Amino acid sequence: MVHLADASSTLLEAAFFFYLAATFLFGGAIRQKGLREGEALNRWGRLGIIVTIIGFAAQLGYFFTRWAAAGHAPVSNLFEFTTFFGMMIVGAFILLFFIYKTTVLGLFALPVAIIIIAYASMFPREINPLIPALQSHWLAIHVTTAAAGQGILAISFIAGMIFLVKNIDQATSTKKTKWLEAVMFFIVSVIAFILLTTGFAMADYKAEFEYVNKEEQAAEQEFTLPALVGPNEGTLLTKEKMEPLAHVPAFINAKKLNTVIWSLAGGVVLYVLIRLITRKRVAASLQPLVRQVSSDLLDEISYRSVLIGFPVFALGALIFAMIWAQIAWTRFWGWDPKEVWALITFLFYAAFLHLRLSKGWHGEKSAWLAVVGFGIIMFNLIAVNLVIAGLHSYA
Amino acid sequence: MEKKKKRLVIRTAILAVLAGLVMYTLYTNLTKESRGSLEEGDEAPDFVLRDVNGGTHQLSDYEGKGVFLNFWGTWCEPCKKEMPYMEKLAKEYEGQVEILAVNVGESDFQVENFAKQYGLTFPIAIDEGKEVMDTYGVDPLPTTFMIKPDGTIDQIVIGGLVQEDQLRALFERVKPSS
Amino acid sequence: MGKVKCECGRLNPAGTILCESCGRALTEKAKQDKLVDMRYEGSARRSQTYNKTLIDKVWNFFSSVKVGIWIIVLLLVAASFGTILPQEFYLPSNVSAETYYEDVYGTFGKLYYMIGFHDLYNSVWFSALVAALGVSLVIASLDRVVPLYRALKNQRVDRHETFMKKQRFFAEREGKLEPAEWEKIKEALIKKRYKVRTENGALLAEKNRFTRWGPYVNHVGLIIFLLGALLRSVPGMYVDELLWIREGETLQVPGTNGEYYVKNNGFTLQNYKAGEDPEVFNEAIDRVGTVAKNYQTDAVLYRNKNNEMPGAEPELTRVQEDSIQVNQPMKFGQFAVYQTSFRQDEMKAMHFALTNKETGEEFGEVVIDLFDQQAAYDLGGGYKVELLGYYPDFDGFTKEGEPTSKSPLPNNPAFLFNMITPETPDGEVSFAQIRNTMEPLGETTFKMAFKSLDTRDVSALTIRKDLTLPILAAGGIIFMIGVIQGSYWNHRRLWIREKNGQVYAAGHTNKNWHGLKREIRSVLEGTSVPEPEDRQKE
Repeated sequence: MVHLADASSTLLEAAFFFYLAATFLFGGAIRQKGLREGEALNRWGRLGIIVTIIGFAAQLGYFFTRWAAAGHAPVSNLFEFTTFFGMMIVGAFILLFFIYKTTVLGLFALPVAIIIIAYASMFPREINPLIPALQSHWLAIHVTTAAAGQGILAISFIAGMIFLVKNIDQATSTKKTKWLEAVMFFIVSVIAFILLTTGFAMADYKAEFEYVNKEEQAAEQEFTLPALVGPNEGTLLTKEKMEPLAHVPAFINAKKLNTVIWSLAGGVVLYVLIRLITRKRVAASLQPLVRQVSSDLLDEISYRSVLIGFPVFALGALIFAMIWAQIAWTRFWGWDPKEVWALITFLFYAAFLHLRLSKGWHGEKSAWLAVVGFGIIMFNLIAVNLVIAGLHSYA
Repeated sequence: MEKKKKRLVIRTAILAVLAGLVMYTLYTNLTKESRGSLEEGDEAPDFVLRDVNGGTHQLSDYEGKGVFLNFWGTWCEPCKKEMPYMEKLAKEYEGQVEILAVNVGESDFQVENFAKQYGLTFPIAIDEGKEVMDTYGVDPLPTTFMIKPDGTIDQIVIGGLVQEDQLRALFERVKPSS
Repeated sequence: MGKVKCECGRLNPAGTILCESCGRALTEKAKQDKLVDMRYEGSARRSQTYNKTLIDKVWNFFSSVKVGIWIIVLLLVAASFGTILPQEFYLPSNVSAETYYEDVYGTFGKLYYMIGFHDLYNSVWFSALVAALGVSLVIASLDRVVPLYRALKNQRVDRHETFMKKQRFFAEREGKLEPAEWEKIKEALIKKRYKVRTENGALLAEKNRFTRWGPYVNHVGLIIFLLGALLRSVPGMYVDELLWIREGETLQVPGTNGEYYVKNNGFTLQNYKAGEDPEVFNEAIDRVGTVAKNYQTDAVLYRNKNNEMPGAEPELTRVQEDSIQVNQPMKFGQFAVYQTSFRQDEMKAMHFALTNKETGEEFGEVVIDLFDQQAAYDLGGGYKVELLGYYPDFDGFTKEGEPTSKSPLPNNPAFLFNMITPETPDGEVSFAQIRNTMEPLGETTFKMAFKSLDTRDVSALTIRKDLTLPILAAGGIIFMIGVIQGSYWNHRRLWIREKNGQVYAAGHTNKNWHGLKREIRSVLEGTSVPEPEDRQKE
């Protein structure tokens, strides 16, 4: 079993590098305009999709070998879930690629998947046994369906983002360019988080704190990034590590806040650096990559992904969730934060569809909505698990 | 014109049904707390309990008399305070208003010890599984139900009765009128 | 408000944008637009046609999609507020919400509590918002599905050329079509599962019309779901009770009117252990410490024949035995019993030894059941211990020197003993707890030395009955059928018309225009019908 687990990790790493390679291949393919009738994919595009599929197969290999090693579907903690979510984005991309044959979609979808998988790897990666509440077949059914729905909806965001990069006028600074830069900054911050966490982990940075928690009891917390903010009445136990600049009240988790501060600071540094080097807005630097693709096609891909993803999401994140909650938690609905945010996601996409169908929100408006929708999904993945405590706070 | 009228009728009907459903939901939502519990004027549910001496007490046996149905526990301070008054009035109103003290599931030893300590002579029943307590929806102790000779609840008193006059007034209200 | 007569002779309901029959534009705006608005086929949405009485105004309000979207948005924003701080029902049971929010979250918490966000989802205004959504679903759907149905049912094959010209996909060409060509197109369309009708030199091919009903089907599902949720408050539909039951106890199952009893034959808590469980878990167990593997109550269910009156001695017959685990509730009748929580090692009995303080000699042991004490424990040989008082949750002494108990639960048991021995026939009084003894009435020769403790676990079981589940399930299934029906197919139409030496071709789909384009191309390939162009492209 342990060998199987090792093989599984190797397959995941392999998938990661295949996705990286595929990104560059798609980069080479974008000179080809959106496919006209009778036109075949150019060599780069063909190679790109083949490598993507190989990567996807490798990740499926990771998934099933880990399943065999653990004895349960590997979607039971943040690392496993987030990795699976990344895989579903790739899967959804492959699906939509075969419908629309648009290489530029890969150029953006794969990096997003790569960042998400890298982000997943910042969490504890060992195979964990299932607590009683998770010991059910519904774990595999509910979580995979919900993640698949979210993965497909993510493609809507990616198509929407490409639409915005292409269509927002970068000649002058406007509200729109600023918002788009905010999206870029968020992505850059996630990258900064990954780089910082990996860096300090390689340096084996550990600082132990003793503090008073919100139940007014003594507790300990281990920081793996230097503490800019320390816990409530915290004292540093590990020698020769950085003393915090400030302390937070007991109800705030200092370690998580510290990580957020580091990520944002790292994001600012990285973003400024990019701007200094390119002398352009990030979106403006990306614009030449997407010039060839038709806006109308992007709009359709974005809408189509919502149409495909919405029913899957509703089934996985609400209906299957309710069935399982009735079995495990005695009630199908309990206003747990994760449940509420799944409902919010559902309501948001319902509003999206109504705005599109009845109010005619196409093109740019629709693209912005797709970006916001993905923002809600990411909020549910990151903030609700890490910041808002609830029944879903595993890992 | 005929068609228009018909449409108005249909719309009114649908809206009325929807409004009814909405009102019902809001109403049940608002009254959720108090629903299902006993209120003054309700019939007191019958029950049967044993006492420490092995005798049984059934509420319906007391029909025709007033009943002072008191739920209590040995640890509860206000319960201790009202016991002497209860003892006094039990003797005074004998044959007219009966006291039935229901202990909420403590051991026979504790109940007997308590009765001895306070010199209580009125019947004390033990609600071992707290079934009667649940039926009556008793939460804080002590809670007293004043039951009229016809078996309906005259008053529900939550909390201790700290003055003899208070108790006397309650007894007077449920005394048979003959 | 009369009907609108189209040039083709059809009488259309007031407010119609495109003639139900031939498709001519009827309103000034529609006449001037370059492309027609094909939502609801240009039929008259009922709400738009009347606005007179109060009823009509209310009706129109809820019929509006704009209002519907606002309700959805308000609902989602409101729902998010409830997740900022934990809701009241998730607080630990021993704290009061009134002080908790302020104590833990400061001024913000106090404000949150004052606004009422601590119990947001049960608030009247939130319920009202959900109700508004329900009303909007009913009225908006009714208002649209009827006219849409009429429009799709009444559509003519030979649409007017102005209708065709205003379609997003359109092309025209001078010329005529040979009968053989008509046949060829027809065949190709039938192969693609189109329903084809021809009339007066015109052709209408249509497929997947059913997908247009998808939104209404899913709305019906949602309405059924909401009705199911509403039914929960009808008495008898729903039971939600919590039962704390100690090992060995047999208690009435709450919510069953005394019909069922349950016995706790033992509670088990298992943790994962390195060595016993698969090796792959070792690393995780090392890092986290303990990981629970199983919470289980071995339960026996009884039916009580004597359940007419509360308090009556039950007459039990065994119904079934089950190991209740998380994810594996015990089911009987309409009820399910769940493993919800537990408390380990509650004190059950205490062992004391009557001991000579000086010599340490022991004269026998008494076992006091904390739930059923005796007045006296005879140890033989003239040694006897009388129990004068029992204080399960000892809390100190009153001014008068009376020991008091804070609750009936044996959290901190204390005893007042009278120890009778041949040396002290009148007895000596001792006050004993686990860790210490006191001599309130003067120094004694003997003491009750604490020896050991018997404990047992307490299991919390949730008893649930929910007769609304089948209705909710039906609503959920219908909803899913509706969304799939509406999302995974496209309603496609192709019109071809030959008139006065011109050939017109137009296409329409409710979504996925690229798919339609590809399909039309393959159908018209090799014919003289012009391929419709997408005229909305930039």
